[in-house]
Amino acid sequence: MGVEGIGAKVLRKEDRRFITGMGRYTDDMSVPGMKYAAFVRSPHAHAKITSIDASAARDMPGVIDFLDGQQLKADGIGNIICGWQVNSKDGSPMKMGAYPALADGVVRYVGQPIGIVVADTRNQARDAADAVMIEYEELPVVVKGPDALKDGAPQLHPEAENNLCFDWEIGDEGATAKAFENPAKVIRLDILNNRLSPNPIEPRAALGHYNPAEDHYTCYTTSQNPHVARLVMSAFYNVAPEHKLRVIAPDVGGGFGAKIYIYPEEIVCLWASRRTLVPVKWTSDRTEAFLTDAHGRDHVSKVEMALDENHRITGLRVETIANLGAYMSLFSSATPTYLYATLLSGQYNIPAIYANVKAVYTNTAPVDAYRGAGRPEATYLIERTMETAARELGISPAEFRRINFIRSFPHQTPVIMNYDTGDFEACMEAGMRMADVAGFEERRTEAKSRGKLRGLGMSCYIEACGIAPSKAVGSLGAGVGLWESAEIRVNPVGTIEVLTGSHSHGQGHETTFAQVVSQRFGVPVENVQIVHGDTDKVQFGMGTYGSRSGAVGCSAIVKALDKVEAKAKKIGAHLLEADEGDIVIENGEVKVAGTDKKLAWHEVCLGAYTGHNLPDGMEPGLKEGAFYDPQNFTFPAGCYICEVEVDPDTGVTKIVQFIAADDFGNVINPMIVEGQVHGGLAQGIGQALLEGVNYDESGQLVTASYMDYAMPRAWDLPMFKVETLVTPCTTNPLGLKGCGEAGAIGAPPAVINAITDAIGNNDLTMPATPEKVWNAINAVA
Amino acid sequence: MSTVSMTVNGRKVSGECEDRTLLVHFLRDNLHLTGTHVGCDTSQCGACVVHLDGKSVKSCTMLAVQASGSEVTTIEGIAKGQDLHAVQTAFKEHHGLQCGYCTPGMIMTITDMINRHGSDLDEETVREELDGNICRCTGYHNIVKAALDAASKMGAGQQQVAAE
Ligand code: FES
Ligand code: FES
Repeated sequence: MGVEGIGAKVLRKEDRRFITGMGRYTDDMSVPGMKYAAFVRSPHAHAKITSIDASAARDMPGVIDFLDGQQLKADGIGNIICGWQVNSKDGSPMKMGAYPALADGVVRYVGQPIGIVVADTRNQARDAADAVMIEYEELPVVVKGPDALKDGAPQLHPEAENNLCFDWEIGDEGATAKAFENPAKVIRLDILNNRLSPNPIEPRAALGHYNPAEDHYTCYTTSQNPHVARLVMSAFYNVAPEHKLRVIAPDVGGGFGAKIYIYPEEIVCLWASRRTLVPVKWTSDRTEAFLTDAHGRDHVSKVEMALDENHRITGLRVETIANLGAYMSLFSSATPTYLYATLLSGQYNIPAIYANVKAVYTNTAPVDAYRGAGRPEATYLIERTMETAARELGISPAEFRRINFIRSFPHQTPVIMNYDTGDFEACMEAGMRMADVAGFEERRTEAKSRGKLRGLGMSCYIEACGIAPSKAVGSLGAGVGLWESAEIRVNPVGTIEVLTGSHSHGQGHETTFAQVVSQRFGVPVENVQIVHGDTDKVQFGMGTYGSRSGAVGCSAIVKALDKVEAKAKKIGAHLLEADEGDIVIENGEVKVAGTDKKLAWHEVCLGAYTGHNLPDGMEPGLKEGAFYDPQNFTFPAGCYICEVEVDPDTGVTKIVQFIAADDFGNVINPMIVEGQVHGGLAQGIGQALLEGVNYDESGQLVTASYMDYAMPRAWDLPMFKVETLVTPCTTNPLGLKGCGEAGAIGAPPAVINAITDAIGNNDLTMPATPEKVWNAINAVA
Repeated sequence: MSTVSMTVNGRKVSGECEDRTLLVHFLRDNLHLTGTHVGCDTSQCGACVVHLDGKSVKSCTMLAVQASGSEVTTIEGIAKGQDLHAVQTAFKEHHGLQCGYCTPGMIMTITDMINRHGSDLDEETVREELDGNICRCTGYHNIVKAALDAASKMGAGQQQVAAE
């Protein structure tokens, strides 16, 4: 591997350990004396705990201790918090129901942790957890968002009357109402966004280790943001003081949002280690993951779109009920508000928008951000409405979009966002060319001759990444700033370590970040080491979610590189007796421009550390840090086209081609970007065709294993055709927009638009299972 | 408790475990071979696939005692020293992995697939036979490419050996 900079397809540096079985994930960690934890969980969706008897469990072989919520409370461990304050439209703050890490008298969802057993082996811990006797008094249950608001619904939290957490609004209600006074046409749709389970294949795990000799805590955990975990565990949960707590997120096997939050289990393992004075490890099994990993989506919406006689959109009105589950998770308030309704303008000029979101509690697992977080819900709503409108108007979906595309930038939408750049029509044209839309009718006819229904669906998504300017999110209620930090340590021999607050759990940062550094100084990528995921090594960071590692994390690296470059140039100029302004650093050399005077990169680095000959007053060393606070969100956008064939006899949908034309701004490593798109598309197609979290009326989770929750498998998916177009982002130094979530955001409406086109019935909800599709076909036949 | 003996990655090993210990836990906990992963509890995800007497099996689906006396190969055992196995190389070259958690199981399953189908392996067969392996990161696109590339390279290698 040589010098391979921005834009090069560099094979991943991190791969070798994963393909040889040498990856180190949390459950692979062990420390001397380590014991195992099992959690005692609620089997009921809503109940009072009347008694807990752990005497039999305590007597079982290998059992060290059983701890419950009473002891947790007595030790002053704080409740789980939501870190984003959202206010209702009347100005009142959201109503946060108390959420202790181990239940305090009442349980509100199946799987809620009640106690922890610590034992010598995993099996002993589980056996003992089964032997803890708990008496319950069952309470009535509500599982669906709209039902929670009905009169007489079971009430979850004394803090939240009618189960309403907040009743929030955005946009101009009056101006929007005007658009509906005299429209040429109004399109109305009911939209359901199905509840999903993120399902990283590595289950969550935590290893808490209190060292009494040092009075120091270490927590290995499956986290996308270890520093945030440390901050929250110390500042809010009082588990350990921040300076005495080290959080390590080693290799993490996928996150997709589910590993952003700080869950009861890691808090309890750390606390249990202090109580028992042994290191305590817990690893979730898949059923626990389905029961307790934060779910995603679960919106019930009504949308109305007003059009004028020229088919221009004049207004959009949306009402959404967002199911939050039983408790507020860390960012659960932001997901259905500022990450959702701010994207309701889509790629279109819409002069007036108004959205109202009611967030409600139900007896289900907490719901929070899952890949895309709010933007998939917005995109599904808009893009289904666009397609529906085109059909009702009798014009092509492409033409209807062309009429309404935003074409000049920057563009201020009526819902906060200011799009800096983009070329929506170019993406759509690229997508249509790739999909051979012109030849579709012929393919449809051919399919018909085989008895198949062929359909084509489009989705033109826009989303917001690179979360986010700290001041702006602060004014909207965020409890933290959303900058990122980086430190560049140049070693005396010229190799470079990059310490980043971003966290890689599949995204390939060890490669892409190294490419950025390699390009800057012309050093080989193998001479650049990326360090992340350990609060003892990296000073601080906000972690990886919302496709922020490129736009924000990498920008911090660039800022630190600027400082290193400036100092290296000063040293080079001094050593080469040249003017600082004439120094260039490229191809591993520090040169005087226009002359043959030069030094090798490592000679300058060594000079910085020997300190023998530095400019007067300069400190030795070559190490710089930076904090980067973004100026704006970034706005990836693109066009996805899905072509399906439906078998009318069975309702089975087969995706025959899937096209993605994305504008992610500049791209560091096209191979990795394509991989991110593929993975996102698979999750988006999974949502559209297969996946759905399903609770029965009593609040039991019916889809608690891979036997019942349909994950996309190789057989369900086609080879994807993916291209990228580039309008560089104007608000960050590398012009990056982010690519991690686009697939999951843009794909679902493309799939559903294709199926509804094929079957001639627009009344279809996700997941579009064969049964639903068959019924939809027969409803119009 | 039972004493279990088997050959793992060419070495004779034995260890004490509870009768109910699954092979995957014996490999991970007793032998510290943590490359074999656990992703589910219903034998669906394939993160745990190893080879038992030359055939791919889900090591979460059998007891360690059942594997007693067998030859087991895990992800740690398929490279020859520093030389990667063709399937490992293909995964790297085609970006067939992201988080890497499903990868050991994928590689073991695909190696077995190629052993059975040789260079005749086609896309449809790969997708069908990956039925028991779930990847949440890659959308399978690059895994399928890696499998087909490795099949053609390994198949070509076999033909070469035959011709020599
Ligand atoms: S762990 Fe063996 S199939 Fe999932
Ligand atoms: S690479 Fe992450 S699950 Fe397959």
